[in-house]
Amino acid sequence: MISRLASAIAGAALTALCAVPAQAKAPGESDPSALQTQTLRDLFFGEALFDAYQDNYFDAITGLDTELKQVRLLDDPELDPFSLHFGQAEFAVGDLELSYRMHREAGRAMEQVLNGNVPQPIKNEAAYRLAKIHYHKQQFANALHALELIQGRVPERVRSEEQFLRARVYMQLGRFEEAVILLKDLKGEKSLSGFVEYNLGIALLKAGETEKGVLELDGLGRNAGSGDAMSALQDKTNLLLGYQLMEAKEYERARTYFDRVQLSGPFSNQALLGAGWVEANAGRFDRALVPWQLLTQRQSTNAAVQEAMLAVPYAYGKLDVHSTAAVNYGQALDLFGDQVDVLTQSIRSIREGKLLEALRRKEASQVKNWVVELRKLPGAPETHYLLDLMASNDYQEFLRNYQDLNDLLERNKDWLQSLDAFEEIIALRRGYYEPILPGLDVQFRQVDARIKMRLEQRQHLAARIENLLVNRRPELLAKSDETESRLILQQIREILAYNPTLNSEETDARIRRLEGVLKFRLSREFDTRLTEAYKHLQELDTVIATLQETYQRYVRTRQAATHSYEGYTDQITSLRAGLNRAQDRIEQLMARQGRMLEQLAINELDQRRAQLESYQIKARFALADSYDRANELQEQRADQRKVEEYEQRMEQLKQAEPVANPDGEPLPTDNPPELDAQEPEAPAREAEAAGDE
Amino acid sequence: MYRILMATVLLMLAVVTNAQEVSREEIRGLDEQIQDVKEDVIGLTSELNRLEEKLLFPSNTQVALFVSLPDSKEFSLESVEVKLDNQIVAHHLYTYREIEALQQGGVQRIHTANVQTGAHPLEVTYFGKSKSGKEYRATASYSVEKAVGPKFVEIQIAGNQSAINFKDW
Repeated sequence: MISRLASAIAGAALTALCAVPAQAKAPGESDPSALQTQTLRDLFFGEALFDAYQDNYFDAITGLDTELKQVRLLDDPELDPFSLHFGQAEFAVGDLELSYRMHREAGRAMEQVLNGNVPQPIKNEAAYRLAKIHYHKQQFANALHALELIQGRVPERVRSEEQFLRARVYMQLGRFEEAVILLKDLKGEKSLSGFVEYNLGIALLKAGETEKGVLELDGLGRNAGSGDAMSALQDKTNLLLGYQLMEAKEYERARTYFDRVQLSGPFSNQALLGAGWVEANAGRFDRALVPWQLLTQRQSTNAAVQEAMLAVPYAYGKLDVHSTAAVNYGQALDLFGDQVDVLTQSIRSIREGKLLEALRRKEASQVKNWVVELRKLPGAPETHYLLDLMASNDYQEFLRNYQDLNDLLERNKDWLQSLDAFEEIIALRRGYYEPILPGLDVQFRQVDARIKMRLEQRQHLAARIENLLVNRRPELLAKSDETESRLILQQIREILAYNPTLNSEETDARIRRLEGVLKFRLSREFDTRLTEAYKHLQELDTVIATLQETYQRYVRTRQAATHSYEGYTDQITSLRAGLNRAQDRIEQLMARQGRMLEQLAINELDQRRAQLESYQIKARFALADSYDRANELQEQRADQRKVEEYEQRMEQLKQAEPVANPDGEPLPTDNPPELDAQEPEAPAREAEAAGDE
Repeated sequence: MYRILMATVLLMLAVVTNAQEVSREEIRGLDEQIQDVKEDVIGLTSELNRLEEKLLFPSNTQVALFVSLPDSKEFSLESVEVKLDNQIVAHHLYTYREIEALQQGGVQRIHTANVQTGAHPLEVTYFGKSKSGKEYRATASYSVEKAVGPKFVEIQIAGNQSAINFKDW
């Protein structure tokens, strides 16, 4: 019992070398190439940040992806403010893909960087990220290979993370001495505080430097820092040390570490169990009962609690209080029986698909402790038994993938509905525009012709005015009545020239005077009239600008009208086909992933049930054994009492001085004890025994 | 007797394996396929986003309004209401995660609309609290000048100063 749990916890601790600080949210100052920016230069990059900081990786990736594609299509990408974030966005997509569990894609991106013509510092960073991907995928040799691609200094912002990663890779590959050197160098790194010490302690233990390892972990176990994560790490360290030392039979030292673990923390149950075993191993069963009794009051689905249910009567048995041991074994049997039924029901519930149904709910990714909460749903399995499994990295990964697939399925369903709506919109637009557009086009062509004519007239006028600046011709600025007068005078001259008999000096003088007056007025007012003409031209330009703006607006609207319903059919058909294909694949993958999740959960529950069944067998034997021992003790006590009574009577007889008989021997006053009838057995004895403590 | 029992129990424990195992190979193969489908859906979604924008919010008429919280680490935004052309077009209540995302420098697109060229009155009201629990509320107006081409307006909420600034992009 002890060795199983001890090795399980120690093993878990020793293999949990991937303890890393949670930097899931916005990366810190150490990594500015990732998703953060001091100065936002594009709103859409900001929108991607907004999604990424909420762990909406899919939205963030598609947002950045869309923007990156648009920028790539531009003739002058530098005109788009997003181009200022371009390099950062490309790196960020890689990071986000990693967070979205698309390791292969992120790996490809990093390998492209490594093979590309980029400066060495960027290559180094890409190599580090690639190593991180391999490490995450538990491909430690590949991770080391990626780290070996680093040449020269790693960028300062990822230097400590790279060193920490390298140390953990060495540990996974069994190269503990090298890991120790790296981790010692990292001590004092604030961002990795606690995690470096923990891994260093483990590495020292694994490297055979037990005392140094214990000393390192002891420091961390005393004070890992503030916050929930650090408290948990501190407890985990103390628990690990406690079991390590207990295995080494150093019970006094081990007890100190178990005592350090918080009573309300996540490791408290194992610590109480360990504390009990420390005392039991040292032969102090009365002391062992204190933590074990406390433990039996806790959540009955917990493995440590169930073990304590057997440990308590075991301790009572060792203290020779067999009746109490029997009572406790009875309680344990009741509990184990109930829990075996619960587990059987839970396995049935999982097989009926209730677990997956619960995991598909939106709350599964939004509500804290959803795994615990889902047990409250009708027919749901008892998830307390699945907490450890569900907390494991692998299961979390499978679970998230399953939820990702479910999310994609629902998104695609929405898009398919949207496509139907788009088609409806397009049909409505087509129905509205198609009948009216031909008539509008006819009207527009007429208006367009008139507009063109007016524009030509304006150009002509402008040219004439321009010409007047260099070629002074006042008659061109004559008003219509003046032009008419000029033409009349010209006609009169022509008539007189054709018919000289009509001419006279007086007539000629009058005509010249009138021409002179006209010419004089035009010459005198030429400058004023030219200025006026300019002003009028400017006014005309304003009107023409409005006309052109209206014209352009109409042209755009006309184009938009056509674009609002033309040219979508093929795209929508192709997208719908793509979505349907994706849906089929997603459904298949969800079924497979779901089966795997169910299988793992059933395996876990099966193991726990088998464990409980073995406890039941053990408890039944122990219960019978306790009864036997209790009965033996009862009989011994009864015999003892009879002997004492006989001795008392003999003593009384001696004091009574009876008359001597003729033979000189005293007459017997009662039967010898062996001739007395036996007392009735079990129930009364048991009742008596129950009160003997 | 106790030792015999222990031995029996350990023997039984060793025999317990009735569940079907999930192989590493199967897990890896499935993971690869999931990654493939994710990649495909990301590509499709990008294209669908562009189609949706082109169809529903053509650049001639598009106006997008964004909310940001510059230098507001001590301020927690609770709600924002946006009126465009004297109509309430958005009323958003913020979740804890959204507030955190805004405080870290994220920008939320709160509304996308179609409007004609010209001036459009915009009115924004926000409500929030400082860390000490003091309540802040402010309303500000702005004129969105829509020309040809899409129009983006950033609504910068300066929480603890009870102020709202607008920025044209």
